[in-house]
Amino acid sequence: MKRIVVEGLKYKYPLADSLALNDVTFDIKQGEFIGIIGKNLAGKSTLCQALVGLVPHFYKGAYGGKVFVGGLEVKNHSIADISLKVGMVFQNPFTQVTGSKMTVYEEIAFGLENIGVPRSEIIERIDSVLNLLKIEQVKDHNPFDLSGGQMQRMAIASIIAMKPDILVLDEPTSQLDPAGSEEVFQAIQSLSKQGITVILAEHKMEKIAQYCDRVLLLNNGKVVDFDTPGKVFSREDLEEKGVTAPVYTRVCKALGVKKAGTDEYPVTLEEAERVLRGDGA
Amino acid sequence: MIKIANLSFSYNKETPVLTGIKLEFDRRSTAIIGQNGAGKTTFVKLLKGLLKADEGEILIHDHNVNRKTAAQLARTIGLVFQNPNDQIFKRTVLDEVMFGPLNIKMDKQTAKEKAIEALKMVELDGKLEMNPHDLSLSEKKLLCIASVVAMETDIIIFDEPTIAQDHGGKEKIRQIIQALKDKNKLVMTIIHDMDFVAENFERTIVFTEGKVLLDGDTRYVFSQKELLETACVEAPGITKLAERLGFKDTVITVEEFINLKQTCSPPR
Repeated sequence: MKRIVVEGLKYKYPLADSLALNDVTFDIKQGEFIGIIGKNLAGKSTLCQALVGLVPHFYKGAYGGKVFVGGLEVKNHSIADISLKVGMVFQNPFTQVTGSKMTVYEEIAFGLENIGVPRSEIIERIDSVLNLLKIEQVKDHNPFDLSGGQMQRMAIASIIAMKPDILVLDEPTSQLDPAGSEEVFQAIQSLSKQGITVILAEHKMEKIAQYCDRVLLLNNGKVVDFDTPGKVFSREDLEEKGVTAPVYTRVCKALGVKKAGTDEYPVTLEEAERVLRGDGA
Repeated sequence: MIKIANLSFSYNKETPVLTGIKLEFDRRSTAIIGQNGAGKTTFVKLLKGLLKADEGEILIHDHNVNRKTAAQLARTIGLVFQNPNDQIFKRTVLDEVMFGPLNIKMDKQTAKEKAIEALKMVELDGKLEMNPHDLSLSEKKLLCIASVVAMETDIIIFDEPTIAQDHGGKEKIRQIIQALKDKNKLVMTIIHDMDFVAENFERTIVFTEGKVLLDGDTRYVFSQKELLETACVEAPGITKLAERLGFKDTVITVEEFINLKQTCSPPR
């Protein structure tokens, strides 16, 4: 079942001279884990915001084409309606914090209170996301006293607590150490396995290669490719699009070793190890 | 350049953040790595004089940091904050970058020259009159780097400079670090991007639970697999791949890997 359908989406920010998104078309099925890659200003964040309705409802600007998210056409529904279906974790967690709550616990409750979840269930959901993101120990701290990493975990927790069908994340692990990013990716993967559709914009290509079912490559607001990590990262023109393939792919490309019986280079540590040992893949 | 003896610090008396840190810094470019909460940011704030140590002393150019104000230290040591929104507050990009130089009493003409020079390095010189808050996150990070570079301090510390940067942005930061090294400045950075560490920093220090766990040449540090694991730090991807394939030496860059692979076939 298709959860997201984007047809010929064009968008221009107010006062901008050029299109931020130019004729973007793709669809995503339920439960898929999708990575969005591309250089800065390629349109990754704008596309994320178009899936939750901030484009066009909050930013205004010129908008054309159609975006359906969980059956709702974004243009014809309010951000409030759309937020019941899809949750978004902002690129900079500092921008996502409401500023109106004194504790991490209350901060996570904010969205739930707004959509009228019963008190007992709010408590249950908050406890579960505090545990999932491993931030129980800071639940009574002021959100602005948290470290960058803790704040990012809180930002993710606040959205997961809303139990959206579709989860959009814009570089959700930028502030986290490698072990922390790995934990968060695993948490997101487990949600994806429960049937939640995940769209994630990211520069950490090793993670994209490891976790995503398909990768959407954007450049100058246009879709360049939308395929498996193996296919996308094996493209010869990747660097021209401002994207560096995972280190494992780069090494194998330089050595000219592909996965046995395919036209693709390895994209993960395990694949590269197998190929370079000469066992095939 | 910097000597640190027996440094300890805590925000509240119960939980020490840093204990017994003893370090010396020469002009080698240095990466500080370690888990979130290991005390990395606290450590650089102490160097910069934004926090005062509970115990121990920090000498910068033989001057005791404890006896200097943060304003005096600002001429010697610059810190680029992790979150650009904590640093930015002027109305135009140019004013933002001139603010630091003017505050350390550079004259207006020089401050403007230094500011424009620094903005050229980060390719924001075409946006001098823009409001910094209208920039993207990656541009804001580059703006903050320029603001500190323009002050021409002897010591420059970055806190997570590569966050939100794409390939091109990282390349700019790489060039800036190289330019600062060429000017014989001490460049230090807190960072989680191990590939960037391996390719750009001569020395690496690993913090764990408020202590220094490892300190040495970057290659040596990334060869200490077991110790790195206790600090929840991973070696760069290429180092892991070489190790799995049974390479004897620690490999830290893609070029080294390719050379080794092409010159000898590794053991099966």
